Amino acid sequence: MASLIAKTPAQGLLPVEIGSTRLEERLYDAITWVAPFDGQDDAVASAIGLPFPAAGQTTGGGDRRAVWTGPGQALILGPAVAPEGAAHADQSSGWAVLSLTGPAARDALARLTPIDLRDASFPEAATARTLLGHMTVSLTRTGPETYEIMVFRSMTRTAIHDLTRAMKGVAARAAL
Amino acid sequence: MRIDGKGLIDRDHAVRFTFDGQTVDGFRGDTVASALLGAGHRLMGRSFKYHRPRGVVTAGSDEPNALMTIGQGRHQRPNTRATVQEIYDGLQVRSQNRWPSLRFDVMQVNDLLSPFFAAGFYYKTFMWPRAFWERVYEPVIRRAAGLGALSGQNAPDTSERAFAHCDVLVIGAGPTGLMAALTAARAGADVILAEEDSRAGGRLLSETEQVDDMPGPQWVGDMLAKLTALPNVRIMERTTITGAYDGGTYGALERVSLHTAPGDAPPECFWRIAARRAILATGALERTIAFPMNDRPGIMQAGAVRAYLNRWGVVPGQSVAVFANNDDAHRTAADLAAAGVRIAAVIDSRADATTPGDWPFYPGAEVIGTKGRLGLTEITLRQNGTTREIRTEALAVSGGWNPALHLTCHMNGRPDWRNDIAAFVPKPDAIPGLTAAGAANGTFSTARCLAEGAKAGEDAAKVLGFKKKKTDLPQASDTSYTLEPLWAVDTPGRAWLDLQNDVTTKDVRLAAKENYRSVEHMKRYTTQGMATDQGKGSNVAALAILADATGRTIPETGTTTFRPPYVPVSISAMAAGASGMGFAPQRFTTSHDATTERGAPMIEAGLWYRPSYVPKPGETTWRQSCDREVTMVRTSVGIADVSTLGKIDIQGPDAARFLDFVYTNTFSTLKEGRVRYGLMLREDGHVMDDGTTARLGPDHYLMTTTTAAAGQVMQHLDFVAQCLRPDLNVRFTSVTEHWAQFAVAGPRALDVVNSVLDQPVDDEDFPFMACGAVSVSGTPGRLFRISFSGERGYEIAVPAAYGESLFRLLLAQAETSGGGPYGMEALNVLRVEKGFITHSEIHGRTTAFDIGMQGMLSKKKDFIGRAAAHRPGLLDENRQRLVGLRPTGASRQLTAGAHLFPANGPRTPDTDQGYITSVAWSPTLETYLGLAFVRNGPARLGETLKMVDHVRGITTTVQVTDPVAYDPEGGRMRG
Repeated sequence: MASLIAKTPAQGLLPVEIGSTRLEERLYDAITWVAPFDGQDDAVASAIGLPFPAAGQTTGGGDRRAVWTGPGQALILGPAVAPEGAAHADQSSGWAVLSLTGPAARDALARLTPIDLRDASFPEAATARTLLGHMTVSLTRTGPETYEIMVFRSMTRTAIHDLTRAMKGVAARAAL
Repeated sequence: MRIDGKGLIDRDHAVRFTFDGQTVDGFRGDTVASALLGAGHRLMGRSFKYHRPRGVVTAGSDEPNALMTIGQGRHQRPNTRATVQEIYDGLQVRSQNRWPSLRFDVMQVNDLLSPFFAAGFYYKTFMWPRAFWERVYEPVIRRAAGLGALSGQNAPDTSERAFAHCDVLVIGAGPTGLMAALTAARAGADVILAEEDSRAGGRLLSETEQVDDMPGPQWVGDMLAKLTALPNVRIMERTTITGAYDGGTYGALERVSLHTAPGDAPPECFWRIAARRAILATGALERTIAFPMNDRPGIMQAGAVRAYLNRWGVVPGQSVAVFANNDDAHRTAADLAAAGVRIAAVIDSRADATTPGDWPFYPGAEVIGTKGRLGLTEITLRQNGTTREIRTEALAVSGGWNPALHLTCHMNGRPDWRNDIAAFVPKPDAIPGLTAAGAANGTFSTARCLAEGAKAGEDAAKVLGFKKKKTDLPQASDTSYTLEPLWAVDTPGRAWLDLQNDVTTKDVRLAAKENYRSVEHMKRYTTQGMATDQGKGSNVAALAILADATGRTIPETGTTTFRPPYVPVSISAMAAGASGMGFAPQRFTTSHDATTERGAPMIEAGLWYRPSYVPKPGETTWRQSCDREVTMVRTSVGIADVSTLGKIDIQGPDAARFLDFVYTNTFSTLKEGRVRYGLMLREDGHVMDDGTTARLGPDHYLMTTTTAAAGQVMQHLDFVAQCLRPDLNVRFTSVTEHWAQFAVAGPRALDVVNSVLDQPVDDEDFPFMACGAVSVSGTPGRLFRISFSGERGYEIAVPAAYGESLFRLLLAQAETSGGGPYGMEALNVLRVEKGFITHSEIHGRTTAFDIGMQGMLSKKKDFIGRAAAHRPGLLDENRQRLVGLRPTGASRQLTAGAHLFPANGPRTPDTDQGYITSVAWSPTLETYLGLAFVRNGPARLGETLKMVDHVRGITTTVQVTDPVAYDPEGGRMRG
């Protein structure tokens, strides 16, 4: 019997380095949408082994992270989870996860994202549902100079196009 | 003419550029205007209407005359102000609005015909004959109008757009703005200091002022060093704040690399800046005085003459005369004399004026005329009734200063008039969060500007909760500003107000005489203030002339309002990145590459790319491919990517009740492992969407929506859950992206499906409308037995990571049975043959009753739209209701969008019976088929109607039929 072959959303398109900024694909074992039912927040948190994130926050880090994505819901990145007391759905194929890193990463993002990226408003571990160009994304600051951008799989090419355009503009400006 | 030892330019770096093909030498730091003046060129352009020779008037952003075209080909930029464009090696500059040359322009004949070109002439001419309007007048006027021209080539899309955030936005980096930025930043606020010019300093760069016992520019340098050392200050040079918008948002245009040859860097960046507080430190713009022939090359603002002398080390001529109504006359003369320039005359309109030098001085006098067509040679002055001619190559004019308050009026505010400075000042709080300080606020002494700036910065920081730190105020001059208003010299002759649109004092008075007395009417009738400089140098004077002509005071006459942008903004900056593929996000399915490899043309559905048809070698028209694909599905098997349809995963103890609330029919009775067709209404009783929902588990459903409406339906469900039924314990999310889903349709569909499943299925496992989990070549997936084609049909879903792989496998298997891929055209033909509806039929104005689905409106439960759907008007049998159509006329044609009329009798809007929504050529039935809405349609089967396509000009006859043309019993689907 044949076996189906898997492809990642950005396969063959990344990594890209322009100036001091690097854009690469980040792969997690699984991405799971979790939304606790009424009164089940604590039970779900212990089932997934991470505090359930409040609005604008992420919990965990590294290879296991919970990212707030809307009222009463989060995406769990890392191991697959199926907690009782919550609605959950596998979203592993639904998102492209892109990592943007470098001293000018914030400047590049400022070309595409309207939110306030200053340290006080968007510190490490902060997350936002916001726009990247015309696409809605989940944007998380995962390090002092690193951002993780989650965009719909179908729009991966547009996201890479827009991000590399921004990276080029920032690098060209620095060379003036 | 260059003055040695003067100027802030870098004389160690020579720069060479061309002007109208001629080489011109300048220095780094020169603008096109300063370099041209330095090289002795006073003639820089031709005026818009009369094509009069013109020179540069200002040294800044408000320049009306010296508009140039720079660059070549795609990089060509018209209407570039010579006062703003910095020179670089190889820059090509061309004057505009003249032919064949600047010195000899054929269109200057307009100047001789000027009596016919008075204000409003175009309302009184070009009337007859009517046939000439479009064929003669419009093309001729279009060619004559405008200043610069575009290249006609596509501009490169290399600019940027960006966002920035700060606590305090300081607009302008002159003395006021520098102090404001420093005090706000020292208190701890994040400051953005935006300066339109290429360097900070404002008027201090152009005057011989001392601040803290050092030359102004040196003090500016010290301030910049302090500011750049602070981590919470961001200085944005070459950045014009173009507009003030809601919520502390400001638009800004940054000239990123226009001062260098085109290269990789973005030419411009359009910014949106969000600021919690803002300080307007934009200074003031000088106004001149209107007198006859006041527009010759060499006649300039006095402040500009000082700027060219002190900042750029150039003067516009061997000799300079000065004419003013305020003390700037004497300051200008003093600066020029100190640099060794010959002063031809100092003319002060105030009779009691005195002057500090021994140059020719004429108090209580006015200039009443000038000579020198291509450049000033002589002025005529009048003093106590006697006139005198004075030879001079330049005339510096000052009528006073107007605070640059435009931004404060961007939210429909109007400024306040102050008699003591005879100028408008900003109205406080016209823009929430914005405070004006310094010259922008009508404060004109350096010392008081510094103090106001410092306080404005402290106050802004304090309001935001920061603690102020003490900052010493620098020492500076505190001279008072005294003037006697003089808008126009009282003497006959054409005197210019708006140089760019060629509007004179006579035009304004004519407007008043013809009863265009309001300032809004005067503006449109004369076009004063409507050119690219938006009347910066003429608004107040024109207003004063109008006030005088209509017997009102200036405050009574009011102002027109200012709107963004403050300076022209190229669309390529505002829309940076939006050309070509950048216009909108592109959504690609996992089958995209496999499909485009076969040469399939793609269409856009929402943002998704889907194949129109998948041609086989040898097929040359879409119909060939489409007909073949339809037949292939009906006789063998076809594969189509249906991943794009919305898929919403709904879970929870109240999931069933939630679905019962949003759908008209009942889903709580749906068994696990089954799929049901559902209809969703809007609250007004009209159909929102249709689709199928599957029950995957006791509290687990999967809803599908049409591709283009997926986002809308999701929003609707969010609204229902959060606002209408927060009592329901239900959660849902879109899983459209996670699942790749393919339709397998046709008599051989089951064979193909089983060829990819790890465990084959049969009709007992999967009867019509069943669903369940399956293993697809080692990957967990889902199988649904549903059909949009009317044949035996399945949809097989796997996580999108495996989508491309499964699609290729399905195609390979289908092709072994004479099947293959099919596209959107065939998909549409198949469903039209079956009378299945899409959003062509549920287009937002149709109800369940109109499409014959009133039986789906449950009588046992409430649902969204129930009450409204039962209004008598929505159940009237004479509504336009769904039917099928076949052509009966000789042309055997049907066209979508055509309207239907009775076979005989008049065809008018009253007799209109309905319209056609969908049309397809059916290879299966060898006829065109249509779906249409016809008044009381279902009761008129068999009737002949007249089809009239008003757009395409087709009239033919058609017959009303049942919507389902093929396999009405549905046996092929269910079998």
